[in-house]
Amino acid sequence: MDVNNLKQHALNIRRNIVKMVYAAQSGHPGGSLGAADILTYLYFEEMNVNKDNVSSTDRDRFILSKGHCSPALYATLSEAGLMDEDLLKFRQLGSRLQGHPNMNYIAGVDMSTGSLGQGISCAVGMALANKLDNKDHRVYALCGDGESEEGIVWEALMAACHYKLDDLCVIFDQNGLQIDGNVQDVIGPLPLLDKAKAFGAATVECDGNDFESLKNAFEFARQTKGVPTVIIAHTVKGKGVSYMENNYAWHGAAPKEEDFKIAMEDLKEVR
Amino acid sequence: MAQETRVAYGERLAELIKENENVVVLDADLTKSTKTIEAKKACPERHFNAGIAEANMMGMAAGLAASGKTVFASSFAMFASGRAWEIIRNSICYPNLNVKVCATHSGLSVGEDGASHQACEDVAIMRALPNMKIFVPCDQYETKAMIDYVAKIDGPCYVRMGRGKVEDVYNENTVFNFDKVDVLRKGNGDVVLFAMGLMVQEALKAAEELDATVVNVSVIKPADEEDIKELLASHKRAYTLEEHSVIGGLFSLVSEVKARTSITTPVTPIAVNDTFGESGKMADVLKKYGLTAEHIKEVVNG
Repeated sequence: MDVNNLKQHALNIRRNIVKMVYAAQSGHPGGSLGAADILTYLYFEEMNVNKDNVSSTDRDRFILSKGHCSPALYATLSEAGLMDEDLLKFRQLGSRLQGHPNMNYIAGVDMSTGSLGQGISCAVGMALANKLDNKDHRVYALCGDGESEEGIVWEALMAACHYKLDDLCVIFDQNGLQIDGNVQDVIGPLPLLDKAKAFGAATVECDGNDFESLKNAFEFARQTKGVPTVIIAHTVKGKGVSYMENNYAWHGAAPKEEDFKIAMEDLKEVR
Repeated sequence: MAQETRVAYGERLAELIKENENVVVLDADLTKSTKTIEAKKACPERHFNAGIAEANMMGMAAGLAASGKTVFASSFAMFASGRAWEIIRNSICYPNLNVKVCATHSGLSVGEDGASHQACEDVAIMRALPNMKIFVPCDQYETKAMIDYVAKIDGPCYVRMGRGKVEDVYNENTVFNFDKVDVLRKGNGDVVLFAMGLMVQEALKAAEELDATVVNVSVIKPADEEDIKELLASHKRAYTLEEHSVIGGLFSLVSEVKARTSITTPVTPIAVNDTFGESGKMADVLKKYGLTAEHIKEVVNG
């Protein structure tokens, strides 16, 4: 693992996230920026997806259950050379880059998501299909901590544990914030790790904005047998853009011109 | 003979899961009622119980289908269509995945369980979904042919079946054409009865006395609109018969087809009149809510 290389990819992805949301004047920059390192690690270190197999299902799969963070997925697919779309057409009429991902428009999008909670459920189905087909491909689902408030998330985890889907890795992107504020003030879904453990999953916590920490967590997941793994990845919402960090107001707001300039300055180089 | 459509489903599914190794069956703790237990007995390794979690079952179905499986997912119509509606919309219909939602215990004929379990809105809410195809068999033979048919076509399908026994309309030699409505009886050109599900049997019983044309509309979407238009145009009065709400089902379908033409034939619904059902024996409930041959005759005779 070349950390500096990953940091450069993550920076490029973050710059594109901000550019996309700025161009569209619409979208979800906060969670996208926070999750950028997780996606970078998955696509540049962890998953066996490449140009040759991207159109196939015979490979590792990634489901962005928190589908509103589509800018992070599109920017990552683009950075990894797996997608050829014009990022600046994001959310615009006629573009394949829908506000929330559509699997039929983009080969690298493994499931259409956007309605929260459903992605993890679909990931359970994919992991079950792997077992039926005797494949050892891995299935990754990225869920928000706010998203965990949807009951289907826990229905899915119950099924994943029951069917011993050890190829499944659910990552909770725990940035502590959702649209209406702090997750604990809104309804209190935490602690997620204890809940996941109670359902029977193997659990591990990591710093979701640190590649060494992510590496340890994903290696733990890979070594886990007989149960699915839940990674609690602590992230900073808005990571990399000074005024967006830990500010829920940037969950679903687009920067104006002045803010955009500051963001590009913040994201000028690897720090 | 009389047989439950759900029993026919279970029998055919048990054969299908052995014939086609791509088939995966999901159920939500109702395997003995939906009869997917027959498929489980035939091939336990490709039958999965999702537990009492219909929403997750549909999500799992979507994931399996996204990995190339032909998925049959069953529960009672109330929960399959209602509880899981938004997952069917966003995770199955939007990505156009190959999931067959095979719902049993539809309509008032559920009987004793009462209104909480009597799905009379399922066709309406499934019809509204892009990419969804809708099938309502009237007897065991049509059910088996439909299960074969939906297994062969790609994309989301909703198959609406019942709890109670229904009399045979067809036989084991019937060749079905699901591109067309099926004119089961030709009348004198005065009255045409468009029927769906178990109301086909009631229509046939009422038809002799009325000398009515009887049409089995078992593919609700995509519907055979051309034949419906022709049948409307060639009759003086039309009636729609359905064990379903008057809103969004067969009456809506026929009325919508008519509204796009200059045909003036009046269409009268015999349906569940925007109300909840209640507990009772199947025959008693159907009688109370006007879903019988006797009531059809009363309405048609004015």
